[in-house]
Formats: sequence, structure tokens, C-alpha cells
Amino acid sequence: MADPTELAPTDDAPAVRLAQEIVQEIVIEGGGDAGVGALAIAPDHTPRAATASPRPAPLRAAAPDEAALREIEQFLYRQSELLDRKLWHDYIELFADDGIYWMPVAPEQTEWEGSPSIFAEDRSMMQVRMGRVSHPTAWSQAPMWATNHVIGNVVIESGSPDGWVVRSRFHMMELRRDTVRHFGGTYRHALVRERGLLKIRLQRVDLFNAQAPYDYVLQVWV
Amino acid sequence: MNLQELVEPDRVHKRVYTDQSIFDREMTQIFERVWVYCGHDSQVPQVGDYHAVTIGRQPMVMIRGKDRQIHVLHNRCPHRGVQLCGNQRGNVGSALVCSYHAWSFHLDGRLRSVPLPRGYDGTRMTADNPDCSVKRAARVDAYRGFVFASLSATGPSLLEFLGEAKVAFDDMCDRSPVGEVEVVPVCHRVIQHSNWKFFMENQLDALHPSVTHQSTGAAAGRIEQQIKEATGAAPLYYHYLSAFASKFEQWDAVQTINFPRGHGILKAYMGLRPQDPDTRAHEALLVQAYGAEQTEAYLSRGIHHVLVYPFLSVQSPLQQLRCLRPIGPGKTLSEIWHFRLKGAPEAIYRRALWYYNLVNSPATMVNADDLENWTKGQWGLESDGGDWVSFHRNFGDDTEDRGVSEAVMRNQFRAWSQYMAETGNAGDASAAHVRR
Repeated sequence: MADPTELAPTDDAPAVRLAQEIVQEIVIEGGGDAGVGALAIAPDHTPRAATASPRPAPLRAAAPDEAALREIEQFLYRQSELLDRKLWHDYIELFADDGIYWMPVAPEQTEWEGSPSIFAEDRSMMQVRMGRVSHPTAWSQAPMWATNHVIGNVVIESGSPDGWVVRSRFHMMELRRDTVRHFGGTYRHALVRERGLLKIRLQRVDLFNAQAPYDYVLQVWV
Repeated sequence: MNLQELVEPDRVHKRVYTDQSIFDREMTQIFERVWVYCGHDSQVPQVGDYHAVTIGRQPMVMIRGKDRQIHVLHNRCPHRGVQLCGNQRGNVGSALVCSYHAWSFHLDGRLRSVPLPRGYDGTRMTADNPDCSVKRAARVDAYRGFVFASLSATGPSLLEFLGEAKVAFDDMCDRSPVGEVEVVPVCHRVIQHSNWKFFMENQLDALHPSVTHQSTGAAAGRIEQQIKEATGAAPLYYHYLSAFASKFEQWDAVQTINFPRGHGILKAYMGLRPQDPDTRAHEALLVQAYGAEQTEAYLSRGIHHVLVYPFLSVQSPLQQLRCLRPIGPGKTLSEIWHFRLKGAPEAIYRRALWYYNLVNSPATMVNADDLENWTKGQWGLESDGGDWVSFHRNFGDDTEDRGVSEAVMRNQFRAWSQYMAETGNAGDASAAHVRR
């Protein structure tokens, strides 16, 4: 009887054959482009165009007017606090009499009038929006609803004693019922001084997800 | 499941809004058989331009061929299934090339080449095997520049399917002195957390506006009045909003018209034919192009919007439309488009743009409350608080076109039942229930 602990003699021929088969024989060249891959198949495959986006305006002199910058920052913070606290009347009062709140669809757009927009509102239309969300039968305002804005990256694009053009970034979280949504983008404020106070002549809001699907809508200015 | 037990002449079971298996059947029986809107001809002007579109559950692309024809293809490489077009819109150049193994296809979907083709020698994958080409929509057709596709090789033609609802596109295009519109290249997409039928029913429901949209109508009416008092006249676009806040009796006087196949019209109520200089300049161009009599016939069509069941609402007098892409029983994507009247004054575009921006944009002051209703409606129907949805208002007289009548929903469900029946050709029998 064979001792079961004794190892059977091995046939090492397959391992030898495999070792012979996997000896490297070819080194392919890499780094080709034209005539390689999909370009070999369709040489006129559309090149990847750079996304059309306007170059940001150059910043003002390296040393900004510190006092003006601080005042403008405080103004922007106050504006976001008025939104988050739903003080719509005070919010609208931040706009000049001919002030405009504009959220275009795409960064290339330059005119608030005559363009497809998400918001394009003068003070009268802002009053309509305020009146709507304050009305007792604004059904969509019944659910728990809150926003939280954070403003940063404040830079002065241009300025004079009478006004400034200011760019900043925002992040906004919105709670509606049990769901949080997240929005972000760029503000561009054209500010003027009227009777000593800063007022908004044009606030442009470029939502970075402006053309993504909206899960529900935007009820109030962002 | 017996669908006939779920749809009665005066009420329907909640499951038709909430049940996944019914939704799946809607996809195969309705959305993947009827003519579905793909887009406008002007969305893909250049050879190789494409636009992705979902038909039922099928990711498709609408693409402009070398022959200038528009083709509608499944967005799927026949080799290993990878999608061929990776963006919502773009241009593929002269051929579709798969990003995985570089199978390439002509713009009409026919196989163009594969790398190292000898590897297929002796296999069933021969160049003349249709399995080697991109699958095409069974039928593609267009009416006045609006492109539709059907995934069914049989069934009514596009014009038969549209029936009288084709007036949607006539009413839009006839307002151009050259009879054509071109797309504004922006598509707002808004997700509705509700069954697609909520939207379709709501579009012809004239009882809801003064309830749902009271807040906006009242607020706009107040400011409109202030402007009138200060300057003598308020811009027309305030009335786009203030018109919503009208008495029930006025809404009952606004008429709806029901057509076979579930289509319908909500007749005009906003006074969209003012007599200001812009309108007169526009009408003068139309008279030049079509003559006075024909122009009058075109402009006296009193349409607010036209419903092409089961997926399209066309607001022809303001050149915009909303198209539904159902995602699940409780989730629907709506796509919102605007068009320009070729050859019409810029002021006419801008006037319609106000409606697009105020009512149809993602910051809409109107649909905010509709979406809220439909979300809560979906939740209600998913509950065990009741089994039936009531469509009893004015039941028994579906020939009367009262604005608030629920004849609209009954008409839609007649079409739905026929589509959902095994071999139903919806619309033909339901015509008997409808005036004209």
C-alpha cells in the first residue's frame, strides 16, 4: 500500500511550456497620435474645443483700496444675510431704483434684456416675487425652507469714487423639506454710491450649474 | 393585472400613477411606439451635429447626415454596447467612432470600418449583417421642422398621429412671415417628482390656476395696477402672471377642446393680440407675406396651448414648448424650449421671452406651485388613504368644452387604455366620445 503522505511525482512539462510561451517577444511603440487609435479610423474626428468662457477681467492694481474692499465685503455679507433671513424688502432696497438682478443661462451672455435667462428682474418684478412668496397661499412656501450663503474670493475689477465692479464667489445650501440642494457660482456686482449708501445697479449671477437639471425650481434670488 | 379594472369612465385607480410594472408597460406600449418629439431641425444645422434624446427608456441621438437628412439612432455601438455620443449635444465630424474599439459608422448608422477587419473573417459579423450597424429608429419624420421618431415600424403616420393637434406647429410657424421658426439654443431641464400624467392633466385643467397660482397672480396684479396708475399702462408681461388670479366663473368660460389620441387644446385667455406698434409692425409683415385674409385666419386662432398626448405641451402663440421624458412612476424630466419666428421683429421675440423667463425658466413664479402640487399628489397616491382618483366633474357630457370640466382627463385615459391594450391603436374608437 502506498504511503498517502508520499508526494506523487510531478509532471513539470506544462509549467515549462508556459514559461517558454510568456517570454516577451514584442515591445510595441507608444506615444503615437496621428494614424493611431480612433484617429487612424477617422482623422477628422472633431477636436476638443476649449470651453467657450470669457477670460476673467484683469484685476485692479495689485494693492486694492483696503477701505473700499472692506466696505464692499461687508455689503456682500449683509446682502447674503438678508436673503438667508428672508428679509425680502430690505434685500430689494439694496438695489438702485434702476437696479437689475440677472441670472443668465450661459457665461457668454452679455445683455440682461433680450436674452434667455433664469432671472431677469427689475425692482418692480422683484416686488412681484416678494409678494408671491409672502402671500398666504404660496403653497410651495409651506414646507420647511431655508438657505445658507457663504461669500468669498472678493475682488475689485474696477473702481472710481462713484462706483465699483466687484466679482465674488458664492456657495449656497438650500434645505427644502428633508432635502439639501447645493448651488455655487460667481456674483458680479456693479455698485454705485447713492446718498452715501452702496446700491446695486446690476447684480449678475452666473450659477455654475445653470444648465444642469433642476430638481425642483429656484423660488427666490440666489 | 387587468388594466380595464383600473380605468373606469369616471375614475382611475391610483396604481396607474404609482406602479412600476404599469410604468414599464407604458414605456413599451406608448412611449416606445408613438411618435416622440426629438427636437427641432435647427438644433443640428451642420453635418455631424447631434443632440441626445431619450425615447421611452431608450437613449437615442438625433444627428445630421452627410445627405443633410436627420437620422435618429440608438446611442449604442453594436460591438459591445458602449454609447457612441458622450455629451448632450455636439458634433462628431464625418463619422461616429466608438471610444472603446474604434468601430466607426456613417452618420446614418451604417458600419463604416472596424480595425483589423480580418479578425472577423469566417464569423457572422460581416459588413452586410445589420447587427454590425447602429440600430436606427424605425421611423423618422418631421412636421414644419419639428422632428419626431417612432420606435415602431407600424402604426399611424406622423400626421395621422398628430391629427388636429398639428395646429400647434401651424399656429407657431404661421406667425413667421417665412413660415418657419428656429430654436433658441437653450434647454431648461426641470425634474418633476410625480408621474408624467400629472403634468398632462394639469395642462388642460382650468380650475387649478386661480387656486394654485393665486399668490403669483395677486402679487403681479398689485404691481401691474401700481404701474398703470403711475404711467398709464403696464407691460403685457405683468398680465402673463396676473391673469392667473381670476374668478372660478371666468375659468369656467375658458374652453378646452378634446381630440382623439388624448390630444387637446386650452383656448386663449391672456389677450396675446394687443394692438401696440410692435404687433402692428409684425402683422404688416404677415399681411405682406400671406395677404390680409390669410393673416387674419392665422392670427385669430385662439390657442393658449396645445397638448400632444402623452408628452408635449406647445404654447404656440408664445413659441415655446415643454416635452416630458418619464424616468419612473414618480419621476419625470421636463425639457423646456423656446423658438424665434424667422423674419419677425425682435420685439415679438422679446415679448415672448418674458413669458419664457417668468413662467418657464427654472426660477418660474408659476410652476413652483404646480410642482409642489404634483409632488404632494404623488405622495397621496402612493399612500393607502384611498384607491381612486376622481374625474367626475361634468361626467356624462364630454361634448361640452367647459374649461373646468374633467372631460380632459377622461379623454386622456380613453387614449391611455387603448394604447395599453395589447394591440390597441389609440384614438380611433375614442373619437366617438369627442365633439367634431
